[in-house]
Amino acid sequence: MTTQKVHLTVNGEAREAEVEPRLLLVHLLRDVFTLTGTHIGCDTSNCGACTILVDGESAKSCTMLALSAEGREITTIEGLADGATLHPLQQAFWDQHGLQCGFCTPGMIIQASWLLARNPDPSEAEIREGIAGNLCRCTGYVNIVKAIQQAAGELSAVAAAPVVAAETIDPGAADAAAAG
Amino acid sequence: MIPSQFEYVRPAGLDDALRILAEREGEAKVLSGGYSLLPLLKLRLAQPALLVDIRDVDGLAGIVETNDGLRIGGRVTHRQIHEDPAIRAGYPLLTDAAGGIGDPQIRNWGTIGGSCAHADPSADWPAVLLAVRATLVCQSSTGQREVVAADFFIDTFQTAIEPTELLVEVRIPRWPKGSGGAYAKLERRAGDFSTVGCAAMIEIVGAGTIGDAAIGLTAVADSPFASAGAAAALIGASPSEATFRAAGAAAASESNPAADGHGPVDYKRAMVEEMTVRALRSAVDRALAQ
Repeated sequence: MTTQKVHLTVNGEAREAEVEPRLLLVHLLRDVFTLTGTHIGCDTSNCGACTILVDGESAKSCTMLALSAEGREITTIEGLADGATLHPLQQAFWDQHGLQCGFCTPGMIIQASWLLARNPDPSEAEIREGIAGNLCRCTGYVNIVKAIQQAAGELSAVAAAPVVAAETIDPGAADAAAAG
Repeated sequence: MIPSQFEYVRPAGLDDALRILAEREGEAKVLSGGYSLLPLLKLRLAQPALLVDIRDVDGLAGIVETNDGLRIGGRVTHRQIHEDPAIRAGYPLLTDAAGGIGDPQIRNWGTIGGSCAHADPSADWPAVLLAVRATLVCQSSTGQREVVAADFFIDTFQTAIEPTELLVEVRIPRWPKGSGGAYAKLERRAGDFSTVGCAAMIEIVGAGTIGDAAIGLTAVADSPFASAGAAAALIGASPSEATFRAAGAAAASESNPAADGHGPVDYKRAMVEEMTVRALRSAVDRALAQ
């Protein structure tokens, strides 16, 4: 079978690969680019573990061909942190214990980043609707929702007043909220 | 799961796409958002020789409101429809349905044309298009033809589209003033296909008589269908709970649901009645609010 070349940007870096047309985008990311943070859960477009951003729109990478990503910008979980500094969503999942086994977490965080980019101050109902395509089999979503609420608060505070906001985050309060 | 081998082309425009479909008649499948086709390929229920990815084809991704109604391009996503302010204001039945399809990721990429061409017997758009009496525009390299929704959805995964044609546009007619529509969907879990989906369109005339009505149902027969019995129970009657129940009962008796993980046949019939009543209540509220 002939292969075709695909050119795309992954986490800000230009990449290319020679692929079979049937190669799924998630396999390009995981097997060719060794970005294994993007997980494969159900492989049937239900669970959302493979969620990535494609030109800023969340997508299930098990349900997109690698060739369909030609010329597009991909963001995976590996693209969120700034060096050693976790993205506010990653930190919030840590603070709020938004995971147990962690398998759904990369997709959950990417989906949450899409949600917050479109709706910086979502209600709890909007958060739950926003992650309806991401399944967690451990936690029952309560702490995941709390984590997204924490990140929403921090991201909008940073946007409003970057210097002050960084000092007002109180990890103690976050622990108390998680315990409650 | 890995699909079987296929060739892949991404034509630059509509003419190219239609030429390829003509040259490779019967061998090619059109790839739009992918959320219907790729699962089929991965399960190897479909093994086309060629995929024609229409993402670069211009002119298929717009929503235009005209004096007669709406023109929705075949590659318009569920999310575009869900968030379109003109649709929300004038065609809330479509907003209802679009917001309930799949999940956010699926709505980001899945398209109305893809969903209609795929014709899953549980899909939401076919019921909506039957209720609003939409027209689907199929184009080939030799020309265009318009197919009314009632003639388009033939059977499970079967439509009136020819292998050389592309579904380029869905036309939604504007119903007269005093009309309203709504979609009521029963789903067992978030993101599921409908257990029952009911699309209702209704026109109120004079001092409170139903002048026109159409009910589209999905997931309760081999193919989505418009319930003639429900329409007959509505037209000429007053918009009361008793009328809605009579229409719901007619819709239920015309349904032919299969027992499956979503429930037994009796339950599904009861839910057809209930979803029809709920859709009608909202449709009438919207018609009277106009």
